[in-house]
Amino acid sequence: MSTPAPVLRLDGLGWSVRGVPIVQDVTFDVAEGEFVAFIGPNGAGKTSLFNLISGIYPASHGTLRLDGADITALPVPARARRGLGRTFQTSSLWPGLTVADHVRLAAQAAAGPAASYRIWRRADRYRQQVEETLERTGLADQADDLAGSLSHGGKRKLELAVLLVGDPRLILLDEPMAGVSAEEVPALVELIRSVHQQGRTVLMVEHHMDVLLGLADRLAVMHHGTLLALDTPEAVMADETVQGAYLGEAL
Amino acid sequence: MNTVVLLACTGLGLGALYFLVASGLSLIFGLMDVLNFAHGALLSIGAYAAWWAATDGGMGFWLAVPFGTAVGTAASVLLELALIRPLYSRPRDQILATVGVGLALPALIMGIWGADARPFPQPEALSGTVRLLGATVPVNRFVLMAAALIVLVLLRLFLAKTRYGLIVRAGVEDRAMVTALGIDVRKAFTLVFAIGGAAASLGGALAGLYFGSINPGQGTGLLIFAFVVVVMGGMGSVTGAAVASVGVGLVQQFANYYTAAGLGDLSVVVLLAVLLLVKPRGLTGRLA
Repeated sequence: MSTPAPVLRLDGLGWSVRGVPIVQDVTFDVAEGEFVAFIGPNGAGKTSLFNLISGIYPASHGTLRLDGADITALPVPARARRGLGRTFQTSSLWPGLTVADHVRLAAQAAAGPAASYRIWRRADRYRQQVEETLERTGLADQADDLAGSLSHGGKRKLELAVLLVGDPRLILLDEPMAGVSAEEVPALVELIRSVHQQGRTVLMVEHHMDVLLGLADRLAVMHHGTLLALDTPEAVMADETVQGAYLGEAL
Repeated sequence: MNTVVLLACTGLGLGALYFLVASGLSLIFGLMDVLNFAHGALLSIGAYAAWWAATDGGMGFWLAVPFGTAVGTAASVLLELALIRPLYSRPRDQILATVGVGLALPALIMGIWGADARPFPQPEALSGTVRLLGATVPVNRFVLMAAALIVLVLLRLFLAKTRYGLIVRAGVEDRAMVTALGIDVRKAFTLVFAIGGAAASLGGALAGLYFGSINPGQGTGLLIFAFVVVVMGGMGSVTGAAVASVGVGLVQQFANYYTAAGLGDLSVVVLLAVLLLVKPRGLTGRLA
């Protein structure tokens, strides 16, 4: 009996800038449908690791496999077409465009690089996709609002909506709760939970441990660019090395 | 009263001309961060192509104007593909290249057709005048206003309703993010350049109608005020450019008539300074 191949496999993945290692020798597998949360102090390399996985930075060492295929050298759009999507730590929206415009643009992009410029293509084709996505992310009532007028929580939801239009199988969320007010956190957590429960594999960087404990299957602890521990939340919390390196300072 | 009506119509006609140049300039800057100093040359190409078609080419006015517009549009696409595109990551070189084209093309036109103004053939239907509120106003003023209004409506529809327009609007706000979605934004660049070139060269053909003649330096002269309009309207905003064009055209005409000739240009600069002091980001509040 063989276990299913992992969705994502990092093997000795590393990234150095002018000889200074930022991410070092990170090796782990992520199974289909798994939720892995990344914690660690600022500068531990969490976002850099996400940039390596999504292809924004080129890996200096090691390999990265998605569904068994080597994607180490593929550019961002090619990885996105293979079902890998990500959000960013800082808000990445167009403040002067409406919520519906955002989802619409993402739908155009998801239809392929040339689709946006094909002259004869029925506009209605996107409408349903846009409505469904807005419904799913709880933004339907704000479809005509400008993105710039949304609350932080609303902006984060919209970023998720833009991401979900392309129907990625593996999503990377970089601090999705950053700047979101306490009242808005539960709704956002529920949205992320439902996105995960629809069968997607999720990797997420997050500082709020209380948020993660209900969501994550495994916790990955990063420290000085290396992967310090990767285990169930309970095991990680009990790990003495982890406590010494990070949790001791943070908690 | 008669004078006021005539001045208003002349000012609006001039404003329409400014808008035809400025709308494309504004979109090009908003989307691509390119200050296209060659935009006036595109106007001159449209003007001379229409003039050539209407005289030597033997076409009537109604064919000559679309012909001039088509030639200008083709020239702007050529300019984008050959000169602007290879220099996208080099803004300083880009400015030098467009300034170079902006100087070279009028010089080339001067070399071929001479520095003197050439009378622009006026069609029978548009050479007359109409009486409006007691004033006698040349018909061609209204032709320009109508053309600018149509271009404004078409541009707004394009931006609001089409897939291309959505990419352009998003690109004006943040181009890098459009690319991050996986959309090839360079195609939108060429498209916007073509649209801007079409509007400018239409403006060139109609400038012949407005001024009665064309000369090689016309485009460059209009370009300066078009830049003023772009800054006042808020870089990247078509509607802002429309409002600013009307303001600049009217102020210029009224100031030229009621004060000393030449003070019209000065008052436009004062208007720009005052507006930027009150609203540093222009009328629409976009980044200036």
